[in-house]
Amino acid sequence: MDQRTDTVTAEIDAYLKTQEQKNLLRFITCGSVDDGKSTFIGRLLWDSKLLFEDQLAALTAESKRVGTQNGEIDYALLLDGLQAEREQGITIDVAYRFFATDKRKFIVADTPGHEQYTRNMVTGASTADLAVILIDARKGVLIQTMRHSYLVSLLGIKKVVLAVNKMDLVNYSEEVFEKICSDYTKFAEQLDFEEIIPIPVSALKGDNMIGASEAMPWYSGPSVLAHLESVEIGAEDLSRPFRMPVQWVNRPNLDFRGFSGTIASGTIRVGDVIVEPASGQSSKVARIVTFDGDLEEAIAGQAVTLTLEDEIDVSRGDILCATKDRPTTADQFEAKIVWMTSDPMLPSRTYLLKLGTGTTAARISSLKYTVNVNTMEQMASNTLKLNEIGVCNLSLDKSISFDPYTDSPATGSFILIDRFTNATVAAGMIDFALRRAENIHWQSVDIHKEARAQQKGQKASVLWFTGLSGSGKSTIANLVEKKLHALNKHTYLLDGDNVRHGLNKDLGFTDADRVENIRRVGETSKLMVDAGLITLVSFISPFRSERQMARGLLEDGEFLEVFVDTPLEICEARDIKGLYKKARAGEIKNFTGISSDYERPENAEIVIDGSRQSPEDSADQIVATLKERGFI
Amino acid sequence: MSTSRLTHLRQLEAESIHIFREVVAEFERPVMLYSIGKDSAVLLHLARKAFHPSPIPFPLLHVDTTWKFREMIHFRDTIVKDYELELLVHINPDGVKQGVGPFSHGSALHTDIMKTEALKQALDHYKFDAAFGGARRDEEASRAKERVFSFRNEAHHWDPKNQRPELWNLYNGRVRKGESIRAFPLSNWTELDIWQYIYMEDIPIVPLYFAAERPVVEREGMLIMVDDDRMPLNEGETPMMKSVRFRTLGCYPLTGAIESTAATLPEIIQEMLVARTSERQGRLIDKDQAGSMEKKKQEGYF
Repeated sequence: MDQRTDTVTAEIDAYLKTQEQKNLLRFITCGSVDDGKSTFIGRLLWDSKLLFEDQLAALTAESKRVGTQNGEIDYALLLDGLQAEREQGITIDVAYRFFATDKRKFIVADTPGHEQYTRNMVTGASTADLAVILIDARKGVLIQTMRHSYLVSLLGIKKVVLAVNKMDLVNYSEEVFEKICSDYTKFAEQLDFEEIIPIPVSALKGDNMIGASEAMPWYSGPSVLAHLESVEIGAEDLSRPFRMPVQWVNRPNLDFRGFSGTIASGTIRVGDVIVEPASGQSSKVARIVTFDGDLEEAIAGQAVTLTLEDEIDVSRGDILCATKDRPTTADQFEAKIVWMTSDPMLPSRTYLLKLGTGTTAARISSLKYTVNVNTMEQMASNTLKLNEIGVCNLSLDKSISFDPYTDSPATGSFILIDRFTNATVAAGMIDFALRRAENIHWQSVDIHKEARAQQKGQKASVLWFTGLSGSGKSTIANLVEKKLHALNKHTYLLDGDNVRHGLNKDLGFTDADRVENIRRVGETSKLMVDAGLITLVSFISPFRSERQMARGLLEDGEFLEVFVDTPLEICEARDIKGLYKKARAGEIKNFTGISSDYERPENAEIVIDGSRQSPEDSADQIVATLKERGFI
Repeated sequence: MSTSRLTHLRQLEAESIHIFREVVAEFERPVMLYSIGKDSAVLLHLARKAFHPSPIPFPLLHVDTTWKFREMIHFRDTIVKDYELELLVHINPDGVKQGVGPFSHGSALHTDIMKTEALKQALDHYKFDAAFGGARRDEEASRAKERVFSFRNEAHHWDPKNQRPELWNLYNGRVRKGESIRAFPLSNWTELDIWQYIYMEDIPIVPLYFAAERPVVEREGMLIMVDDDRMPLNEGETPMMKSVRFRTLGCYPLTGAIESTAATLPEIIQEMLVARTSERQGRLIDKDQAGSMEKKKQEGYF
């Protein structure tokens, strides 16, 4: 190497050493377009010299084309990533921006402040260590300021920068600034912040953004960037007890069995005793394996592979924990939920819940109340719509391990996923386990399902008839039951209309009530199967997810879905009960096929072509299937 | 949330490893798109870290447009051999039949047929349900909003208006048959992070990133390297030998070189620190109009 190269190498080595000291701060900026939020972030990028010449050239050209600053550089344009948004002039999603100084690397979540986009703010806040809340100095603390602050505190952010922006438009008045600070401090008393740093700024002019502002000599605090560079973060993850959700079991050969995961909190050393709390099995850490060699100790945030001294049964979804301070293991808990999709939440519908690395079926057993994000008032409701926040009880189909969100965000947060659209429908933060989950155990009895069914000379099952009103479900089900009875089989027929006269007479025909209707029938048929009966269920059951839920209650193979596929025109022409006529006339609301959807089964075990097959043939086909499958 | 005891590079590294493991645990047939460039080099390095001591549990896929720099292909084959990787190479056979190339068909059509279409063909053929890519959010405005798990429908289309929200480090890996995701473990890395990490970890990269005397011609303000004799020269155009290097690598006729004498990583990083031109500028395909990258992404380009 020549001398010049040596010098550069030495310089870069020194530079990289300082980089080694550098850490990462993630923050979110909250405010609307009117508060100058995009300009605020644009300014930070600009002043930290993160813009390149070609980006600058593009920005200058775009500023002239669609800018709002009379041809001057419009920093806001830097941030509006998607073309459609650029033309609408609003930011509609979460965008992540990066900049770095000599002290820190920063990741900024840029999220919109409009009410309908609560979900984006919650998304951005979920990974942030700090929030910058922007206020327009001319307008002071507004309803949206409260909304942003509430959401930020809901997601557990403890540190806030209150950037009072557009100070240039209020003549840099100290009085205006002080009034806003005291209004905000008073309001924020009800929130759980540890630190609020108010800073008077003008993002457009650059006052107090990077250095001290000459226009505001009365302000002696730090500039925005100085504060962001020095604020202390992340210490709490290390002081918390050890948690590591297992992502992947690493088995390259028979001699190596490691558990790979990212340490959610605490530290772990070789020789430490750990426990898998759901099973209670424990062992000692034998090795902490990484590509770069074994470690003696690993800390929160590191991705490692642990091997244990004993063979214990651990798989993806389990959480390895410190033995002293264990998480709670339960199948019911209370949580705060933010609804993130346009389909409303339906109580009793089964969703998938992903917490840590585990996924479990879960339903919202009760919605206690919703919270108005503007006023923080609690309101009664039986559903959650897009961008609404509710406090709910959730019930899971098996026990899982977790911590309250406020103790440990990494093991106290979850998402809910729709089982059919696969959309992420909600974000949740656990408050606490519900004690009754720990105290109610399934009563085990000596005579079991197989014994009961065997005595009857059959295998218990559910024949679930689904189809439109008038498709012939009940007629066929009735014939099937007669045929089975003649064969000396033990049956019971649950019919939609009959059940609605008794067990479900408190339910109407809204989507939420339909879901609950099917849940109860599903549970009832499960008890009947347990009694050893061949159970016939004849319900329109229009939603795939509820039929799936009913199926999920039973053991594999016990549930036979019978789709009576009769076209709507034929059902309507039959109109045995005169219901279609009323529905068309608008006298019946939420009528399946007319004003409410019917979701066709995709993989029904038995399909009856209601337009061609007679009820008699259909019933014979079903009985034949039962024989083939060994139920009778 | 950040953990102050880890440096930013170690934190980015751990987060990328986490993403690799989530995808492998939740998908049936993942694949890593390997473009041979520096981001792919880092991606590959992180994949090796994520599953150690197991080998990487998925194949690499290189979509070869047949117009890559020769040194790239040589480098690719060496790496695959040294690390004992499973490599799949796909070339769009229809494009080859029609003789599609950037000179004869223009950059837009060439990219569409040999890259975007070819990628879809390969993904469909092997039925991959997750594809790792090395895209970073700092590269371009529309990428700033892309998710780490970026959902694609059956036609491989991306719907920027209807993305799944991504919270904490909880990624939703549920797809139906035929649907897929693109997973981006380097989402939160910047170009400078990539270079620093390559230096810190001593990751091998294609020599084209280092300055050397190379034959180039100047076209539309860009220095294009004459990598083989398929490049038609305009009248009076003669390749000049210049000390150049590349900040990104792709098809040689579409990739602009920069004049530089930076022949070592420290020199490259030093140039980076004073750089005033962002890296995609060396790519002809982004120049058409603002928003052009977003259009390509919706159609299935990375």
